[in-house]
Amino acid sequence: MMKGSVHSIETYGTVDGPGIRYIIFMQGCLLRCQFCHNPDTWKIGDGKEMTVKEIVDDIKAYLPFFQASNGGVTVSGGEPLIQTVFLVELFKELKKLGIHTAIDTSGGCFSNSPAFLKPLDELLAYTDLVLLDLKQIHSEKHKKLTGKPNEHILTFANYLAKKEIPVWIRHVLIPDITDFDDDLKELAAFIRTLPNVEKIEVLPYHQLGVYKWEALGIDYALKNTEPPTEARVKNAEKILATGLMI
Amino acid sequence: MTNQQWFEFVEGKWQDDIDVRDFIMKNFTLYEGDENFLVEPTDDTKKLWEQVMELTKKERDNGGVLDMDTSIVSTITSHGPGYLNPEQERIVGFQTDAPFKRSLQPFGGIRMAINSAKAYGFEIDEEVEHTFTHYRKTHNQGVFDAYTPEMKAARSAGIITGLPDAYGRGRIIGDYRRVALYGVDRLIEDKKTELAIAGGNGVMSENIIRDREELSEQIHALGELKQMAETYGYDISQPAATAHEAFQWLYFAYLAAIKEQNGAAMSLGRVSTFLDIYIERDIRNGVLTEEQAQELVDHFVMKLRLVKFARTPEYNELFSGDPTWVTESIGGMALDGRPLVTKSSFRFLHTLDNLGPAPEPNLTVLWSVNLPEHFKKYCAKVSIQTSSIQYENDDLMREHFGDDYGIACCVSAMKIGKHMQFFGARVNLAKALLYAINGGIDEVSTKQVGPKYEPIRSEYLQYEVVVERFDEMLEWLAGLYVNTLNVIHYMHDKYSYERIEMALHDKDVLRTMACGIAGLSVVADSLSAIKYSKVKTIRNDDGVAIDFEIEGDYPQYGNNDARVDDIAVELVKSFMNKIKQHKTYRNAVPTQSVLTITSNVVYGKMTGNTPDGRKAGEPFAPGANPLHGRDKKGALASLSSVAKLPYDDSLDGISNTFSVVPNALGKDEEMRKSNLVGMLDGYAMKGGHHLNINVFDRKTLLDAMEHPEEYPQLTIRVSGYAVNFIKLTREQQIDVIHRTFHEGH
Repeated sequence: MMKGSVHSIETYGTVDGPGIRYIIFMQGCLLRCQFCHNPDTWKIGDGKEMTVKEIVDDIKAYLPFFQASNGGVTVSGGEPLIQTVFLVELFKELKKLGIHTAIDTSGGCFSNSPAFLKPLDELLAYTDLVLLDLKQIHSEKHKKLTGKPNEHILTFANYLAKKEIPVWIRHVLIPDITDFDDDLKELAAFIRTLPNVEKIEVLPYHQLGVYKWEALGIDYALKNTEPPTEARVKNAEKILATGLMI
Repeated sequence: MTNQQWFEFVEGKWQDDIDVRDFIMKNFTLYEGDENFLVEPTDDTKKLWEQVMELTKKERDNGGVLDMDTSIVSTITSHGPGYLNPEQERIVGFQTDAPFKRSLQPFGGIRMAINSAKAYGFEIDEEVEHTFTHYRKTHNQGVFDAYTPEMKAARSAGIITGLPDAYGRGRIIGDYRRVALYGVDRLIEDKKTELAIAGGNGVMSENIIRDREELSEQIHALGELKQMAETYGYDISQPAATAHEAFQWLYFAYLAAIKEQNGAAMSLGRVSTFLDIYIERDIRNGVLTEEQAQELVDHFVMKLRLVKFARTPEYNELFSGDPTWVTESIGGMALDGRPLVTKSSFRFLHTLDNLGPAPEPNLTVLWSVNLPEHFKKYCAKVSIQTSSIQYENDDLMREHFGDDYGIACCVSAMKIGKHMQFFGARVNLAKALLYAINGGIDEVSTKQVGPKYEPIRSEYLQYEVVVERFDEMLEWLAGLYVNTLNVIHYMHDKYSYERIEMALHDKDVLRTMACGIAGLSVVADSLSAIKYSKVKTIRNDDGVAIDFEIEGDYPQYGNNDARVDDIAVELVKSFMNKIKQHKTYRNAVPTQSVLTITSNVVYGKMTGNTPDGRKAGEPFAPGANPLHGRDKKGALASLSSVAKLPYDDSLDGISNTFSVVPNALGKDEEMRKSNLVGMLDGYAMKGGHHLNINVFDRKTLLDAMEHPEEYPQLTIRVSGYAVNFIKLTREQQIDVIHRTFHEGH
């Protein structure tokens, strides 16, 4: 049986999709976001090898909680879409059990190659929701922040729109980096072109993951960056809300 | 039979027989709306509560006790009336002639009374001491006269602990509602009829003699209850005619119980929906407003918050924070499918807002997935704000206890007025495991406490061998335990019989022998370590295993991992089976709980290194919780492990304490409420029994440790009850802070 590379599991997630959610943090990511709070999930191949059956058997125990809270399963990471083929098998099984499925992705590994699109299309057929991070609308700034430009990510957003997959957009708000009114307005304008977006969430930057950077011995570039003020968070929420089509 | 006080009530069997349940089912008004009807406290309520907070501060400044009666032995009629401010109090009555003055209750044990006075700088009157030493024997003395040397050794080694052998046993709930519904005269009449037929045409056996004596005592107590009410200017011989009277009659009945018994847990029962019937009638007739209704509830609850007993520091170490377990059970479902939720279910919970959070009364929501959505959400809201509520699975308990049961103490369900229990505290299973390894030698004292079975001599522990020896040791322990409890309860009935509480029961009561186990997660993890990794013994010069080295990882309880969870399940079942094999006093039905209250700290202190890697002296997990920090897969995994423990083999309750930081429940208030409801529903569906819910950040607790004066009402749920955080001992505060706080990711 096929195995996936899993960093860790949190059985009680309440902030990554609707209701109470079983979160599978997949191992491996192509981005190197400066604000990442899970840098220990970056390295490909470092995770625990798990079969679909192992994971599904564990998930079954939590069906009553999903049912009671309209929750389900979210795959996060790392970047789950690096392991699309595995996720197809997993989601197939979850849909057999009637479980709501969500993917928490940055879209950072999206490409138009058939090798990527074929399993992705199959996966999306079993996906109820995509939580899509749009970190910076400007490609140059995006590259500085994440190590990669953003064109392919925006393409991915359009692709999901074409496929009519429900999407929640998430934007991490970092003072001086992703918190400029003009950028936010531009981002909102882009989101407005996506009819499939159901919700826009502003995630205030926090430093809770810094200890992991230290443990991994990597330099944390945002050392001196403070979390945004409440007022700025409200401001961003207000601007981005204009991105929702009514 | 009818009564003018019963006007507008739907008639039924309850009129002819003492049957409060029938009255409730025929008369309660289901409320499925939201909390918007609730009102703020009245000015009188606010003034009274200010006075209480001032007295509370004085009590704290005075070292924990403000005043004590040192000469008048507390009985139902011992003290004249006491008030906070009779102009403002709608509900009156204190245990002595003043609020915050603790009563003298030597019937459980004179030594306990003397020591608890001494600990707070008071001295018991010489004559009282003399009387209860030389002329009037106490429960405590009776027990020690009958204890065997083996029982005494097991007790002092701490393998059987927390026994109610020096104070009142508690955990008996009088049906205090009967006094309001029927009036005292009718109840006396009823007991007289029972007395008249007890043994009328049979042999005067010991049982019949005891029945007759007990019934007579009950009748005396009911008479004294009337007298006590008279000192406050009330005649309670007839049924209550108004909501105000119903609250007051019911409270007098409860007050009589706490004047005569300082039981470990003096629980109230299930009164809110009953009282709601009177409130509804008065509001319907225009003689009561919502403000006045809430005021009655607030003032009644205020009284329940002021129940106080004299306790020794040793007792406080076991059950910290001055708990009284005035447990009130709210909600639940009727057998016919109607939720037993009324507006007063909301009003009682609303006291946590009007008077601020508090540990008492121990508000317990009987949770069913079928409760009205608005009520569920309101409970979640109050939990998130106050951390003062516990939840117990009505869908599970209803099958066993019907729809008119209440919770005694923390998790013990019993049919009100029909069941009672013999409280049996608990045995320390972790210590028993060490006895199994060391052939009955206590690992701390190195004395031979248990039977001298063959010790395990191998360097590495082998699972099959350990399991076999452990099973033998548990056989011994179960027998000794039940026998010890038999002695205690025989003597309690003899020297400290609960006259008024039993007067508010049916004559033929089902008694349970409520045994308990502590250290479940330590033993499950220890056996798992032995089975799935290698555990090496480290021995002292006499060959006693005093420490263990674990080589490799092993599955730990609390991660929904069947390999170890099955061990925990098997332990619960097998100990229950062992208990069942022994003869119990008064043919009590044996039951079991997985509950430690705060004693997990003390039990840990008295237990050596264990094979799971826990170091000597470190606390156990409370109740059925996984050990702190070992539940690594998040809250649902942790809850799912505990939910596997079989309630059928632990009918006295399975306690689980759950702490979560607010952000982990969701991003905004609406989501937090619905996720908490979802969690409670899910846990109930999985068959979990009990859940304490705490919602706060660790840093709040750290700050409260440093600045207690700023947190006079900070309340947290511990195993089965709630407590004022600042009243915990420092050790227990640290234990609470070390517990797992679920933080999501």
